Amino acid sequence: MTKCFLRISLILTGLIMLFPTQGIAETPFPTIHEPEGHGVECVEDEDEMRRNHMNYILHQRDKTMHEGIRTETYSLSRCIDCHVQPNDKGEVVGHDDKEHFCNACHQYAAVQIDCFQCHADRPQKYIKRASKPQALKEQLQEVLAAKDMGDAQ
Amino acid sequence: MSDQINDSRRNFLSKAAIAGSITIAPGVFLHQTAQAKSDDQAVSSNTRWGMLIDTDKCSKGCTDCVDACNNEHSLTGFDRPTTDAQYIRKVSLVEKQTGHEISLPMMCQHCETAPCVDVCPTGASFKREDGLALVDKHICIGCRYCMMACPYKARSFVHEEIKNQTLSAPRGKGTVESCTMCVHRIDKDGIPACVEACTEENHNAMIFGDLNDPNSTISQELKKHGGKQIRADLRLNTGVRYQGL
Repeated sequence: MTKCFLRISLILTGLIMLFPTQGIAETPFPTIHEPEGHGVECVEDEDEMRRNHMNYILHQRDKTMHEGIRTETYSLSRCIDCHVQPNDKGEVVGHDDKEHFCNACHQYAAVQIDCFQCHADRPQKYIKRASKPQALKEQLQEVLAAKDMGDAQ
Repeated sequence: MSDQINDSRRNFLSKAAIAGSITIAPGVFLHQTAQAKSDDQAVSSNTRWGMLIDTDKCSKGCTDCVDACNNEHSLTGFDRPTTDAQYIRKVSLVEKQTGHEISLPMMCQHCETAPCVDVCPTGASFKREDGLALVDKHICIGCRYCMMACPYKARSFVHEEIKNQTLSAPRGKGTVESCTMCVHRIDKDGIPACVEACTEENHNAMIFGDLNDPNSTISQELKKHGGKQIRADLRLNTGVRYQGL
């Protein structure tokens, strides 16, 4: 009886230990495209950047915003310039795509990034300018014409 | 010609000042000169950026400054003129008795004692050392108190999700924004996009410069011809001044 109980409990323990390892093995590890065409190393060691990149960016953020310090070494735009490059199909994906350099890890780690609600998620040369100066100009002229009477005092 | 004389005079003065300070003690500067800021240098209150607008040269219907600003900051319209973001707008004033009409660009006046900074509950609205009134969108909660407080209706709220922002002008839903006097250009020794456009199109209605530097073009012009503040009765000591009002 005791032997039987011991056998069952051992099997159960084995099963419990087996499940989580299987779970991890099935989770795809993020693939990150290496920065292309730059031929330079990152601003700090890879391990350091993996662990502490957010601190560098946060520190730089306040320095730039409040003190006007615009050195490029730890700036977000520097990260983006190197790391966000066209993929195999020649497309430069946005931050909501799982192939995006930042999102590849952040999706895996389930950490939401807010940076790109405001900041550019691609190097400037890959951003299609959404503004249409001519259309805006026409719209503005209409508004001005309509407002002219209203503003007159 | 007069510019050349001023330049050489300024060069001489700055060299003399540096030489003088070195003889006293290293790192101690008795006289701070207006010099180009390097990227790693923090802004200081030795500078106060300002703008002078000559309304006589600003023609009705011209929107070159507004277009340049919209383009620079990628301000896109959603066909809702009452809530679409605007950093700078054209305002027409007509004197009832004479019918005399004045057209002028209106934007954040970068007040010294800015009401938007007073009312901000998080410290997101702040005055930079060099006189610019800015919004730190990282800590803006979008309460819009500053929009209520601003006597110049200078600020806008971003109602919509925004994509394809430019690198130098981050903008996002749920935050308040306004004219930054193109801070990203100023920090790189540039001039605001509106002033650049106005000058390039040969209107020359806008002058940008350092109000604290008595030799700057803007200070000289203000000294010679003066410049009015809009709503001077509020005693906000605005950084943007107007001529011809």
